[in-house]
Amino acid sequence: MIVTTSWYLVLGALLFIIGGVGLLIRRNPLIMLMCVELMLNGINLSFVAFSRALGDIGGQTVVFFVLVVAAAEVVVGLGLIVAILRRAPGSTADDLSVLKG
Amino acid sequence: MVDTIVFLVAAVICLTGALGVILARNPVHSALMLVMTLFGVAVQFVSQEAHFLAAVQVIVYAGAIVVLFLFVIMLLGVDTAQNLEIGVLPAQKWAALCFGIGSLALTGYIILAVDNPVTGRPGLGGAIDETANVRLLARSLFSNYVYAFELTSLLLVIAVIGAVVLARKPAKELPDEAGR
Amino acid sequence: MVELVWLIPTLPLVGFLFLLLAGSRLGEPKAGWLATAASACSFVVAFVVFLGLLTRTGDNRSFEQVLFDWLPVGSLNVEAGFLVDPLSMTMALFVTGVGTLIHLYSVGYMHGDPKFSKFFLYLNLFLFSMLMLVLGNNLVITFLGWEGVGTCSYLLISFWHKKDSAATAGKKAFVTNRVGDWGFMIAMFLLWSSIGTLTYTEIAQSSPMATVTGTAVSLLLFVAAAGKSAQLPLYVWLPDAMEGPTPVSAMVHAATMVTSGVYLLVRMNHVLTSDALIVIAVVGAATALFAALAAVAQQDIKKVLAYSTVSQLGYMFLAIGSGAYVAAIFHVITHAFFKALLFLGSGSVIHGMHDEQDMKKMGALRSLMPITAGTFIIGWLAIAGVPPFSGFWSKDEILLAAWEQPNIGPILWVVGLVTALLTAYYMSRQVFLVFFGDKRWDDGVQPHESPWTMTLPLCILAVAAAMGGLLNLPVVADWLYLEHFLEPIFSHPHHFVSSSTTKIILAIIAVLAGFVGIGVATAVWLLHRVKADRLEPKVFENAMYIDATYSKVVGGVGQKAFEMISNADKKYVDGAINQIGKSTIRLGVMMRPLQSGYMRNYAIGITIGGLALLIWIVAGAS
Repeated sequence: MIVTTSWYLVLGALLFIIGGVGLLIRRNPLIMLMCVELMLNGINLSFVAFSRALGDIGGQTVVFFVLVVAAAEVVVGLGLIVAILRRAPGSTADDLSVLKG
Repeated sequence: MVDTIVFLVAAVICLTGALGVILARNPVHSALMLVMTLFGVAVQFVSQEAHFLAAVQVIVYAGAIVVLFLFVIMLLGVDTAQNLEIGVLPAQKWAALCFGIGSLALTGYIILAVDNPVTGRPGLGGAIDETANVRLLARSLFSNYVYAFELTSLLLVIAVIGAVVLARKPAKELPDEAGR
Repeated sequence: MVELVWLIPTLPLVGFLFLLLAGSRLGEPKAGWLATAASACSFVVAFVVFLGLLTRTGDNRSFEQVLFDWLPVGSLNVEAGFLVDPLSMTMALFVTGVGTLIHLYSVGYMHGDPKFSKFFLYLNLFLFSMLMLVLGNNLVITFLGWEGVGTCSYLLISFWHKKDSAATAGKKAFVTNRVGDWGFMIAMFLLWSSIGTLTYTEIAQSSPMATVTGTAVSLLLFVAAAGKSAQLPLYVWLPDAMEGPTPVSAMVHAATMVTSGVYLLVRMNHVLTSDALIVIAVVGAATALFAALAAVAQQDIKKVLAYSTVSQLGYMFLAIGSGAYVAAIFHVITHAFFKALLFLGSGSVIHGMHDEQDMKKMGALRSLMPITAGTFIIGWLAIAGVPPFSGFWSKDEILLAAWEQPNIGPILWVVGLVTALLTAYYMSRQVFLVFFGDKRWDDGVQPHESPWTMTLPLCILAVAAAMGGLLNLPVVADWLYLEHFLEPIFSHPHHFVSSSTTKIILAIIAVLAGFVGIGVATAVWLLHRVKADRLEPKVFENAMYIDATYSKVVGGVGQKAFEMISNADKKYVDGAINQIGKSTIRLGVMMRPLQSGYMRNYAIGITIGGLALLIWIVAGAS
């Protein structure tokens, strides 16, 4: 059984799904952020798979950018979480409901 | 043969790590599981001959981002305080279930029913030839994607400034009116 | 010179605007002189344009001046334009001429009134509207003027608005006219949908419509004319309109506005079908008789003249219905002269008697008000049809046309004859009651002659009323000036077919009927030989109770129906709209829980939505 592109795509999809389910289930904001990272990783894997299948380096370039942006996002996200949890230690994602309509 | 084994092993590592992230009670455990997933993904990158990306993945993701996570976890002391307690909101459980099963079904359908899941076409990047991966990536980055590159550097600066501003301790309130 | 036609309505409009802005500052009497000057200049320009028209020959006497495209909508192009042709210039001339005289008269009559300048403001606006009506080159401009004169009529009738009866009378006039306006509008719609144009020159050249449509249009136009020109059943506003100042009664309700219905029908003579013409003739004759009967028993000096106006208008429609359009226009002109004269004369009497209007309190005024009496008598002779005054010639032509009407000619002629008798009777009655006999007024009232501003117009009009017959003498064919002048207007010119003998016999009978009427009046009112009671039954005085019936029906059943409709509107129509608003709010309230404020709920939205989108794309692609 040779490894075709589909295998990598399935793996990427699975990572994405697991990350998504985790995002919906967990309440701890740090863990939610980690689940987002999981999803991004799944996507990265798919991009690289496609890049190889199509013979285009563009896919890998995109992964490069995703990495950079993910880093920036984590930085800002963690800053936010620090700011929130400093005011109300022990709060979860459900406690941030000021925008209730 | 070797490819298959490498793939399967790396896949197991990835999935175990992923499940660990979402199921672990202790956030520190989640972070460590994340590291495991990241390593697995790096191995996958290597097996697809994206060497540079594998290296960057380990250095940036596993080396910097997860470390940052651990810093914050330790700083805020959430390691012992949290428990799993899957969502008080009742809709969340069912939504997660729907999403999970739906996505799995969709993925399965695509894999089984669709002949070739790769339906795209080569884009801007430039063809992959015998040149080294790093050189190819660099060439593409600094010619076709140079604007995006510059913008991401700007983005990084903004992120740094933003994080500094956000995480500052609030300024001490001046004792102005009486009783405030 | 005919290009100056746009000046004719513009001058009164300028007068109106000037008075609107600076009228109260000008005060009495400068405001009055300004308005009169505007009117007089308009008359001069009208005369100049008329001369310009005369220099052209026969068929070339039609000049259109378009100022701008007013309503270009789809295939309909309504222009703001004027049409100079014999009919419009005839109307414009006597409207401005009589109008100027009445403006002059009002300077004297309205002396001392606190709203002096406002009166002239309204008069100028009225003159402008009337001129737009007659000078317009299409039905829409005429309608503009039509509505304008209706509005001014309302404003002028309720001029002394603090008086309840005056305010009510103004409303009544406006509402009744509205019924006519409805007819006008529907006629315009029908006309456009079948012919495709509303411009007079194009209508005159269009091919005839289907009989049903043509009759419908004609009858609807007649409804409009009946509203404006006070025919049965829409005449009820005219007697009440006497609440307005007497110059208004003279100008609006004798000489000009009420003739716009006649003008409209004559202008649209091309589309009137013979069936509709019969209806018009019958209604005109019936109105003439009915109003004459009502006039017989009136006590108020102005009400007699009001019913007389209705009756004479009936004559005009009788003429139109018999196909003799020239006779109708001729009578319009002579009627304008002698009716304005009579009204202004009665105004002079009222003014001299210090606002007394009941004829039972007058009498023997001819020595105290000689000029008024003299001119009034000339007007009386004219309306009674005594030759050689103008009324005889025009009325005689109408009666001849009625006699020659192919279907029911003789009946119409008899009705017209009886009406002529009654006309002579009640006018003589009025003259004898007011100017002859014994003085019956209360002590302390000192009647006096009116100032020159009032008596000069009286004299001018008396001359016109006496000599007006010269316009269209049937003695020699060449002397039929009016008929020859108006000939290009008509698509089927009317020719009298009776022999000269018949004409002379009919004329003699008409004159005799007039003398009989005068004789009876003399016997009753001058010589007091016959008792008057039996000649003035209450039925006649209340105009056959038609007006009272209207009030009962509209006020009783009508009121209930209107209230029902109003409530239904509030409940259903307004309710439906409110329900839409309420349901929007309810929808919003239902959607509110979606905004829970919880981040994870929003995450659900994103993920499930994304999944759904993906499924849709995959399903669409495969």
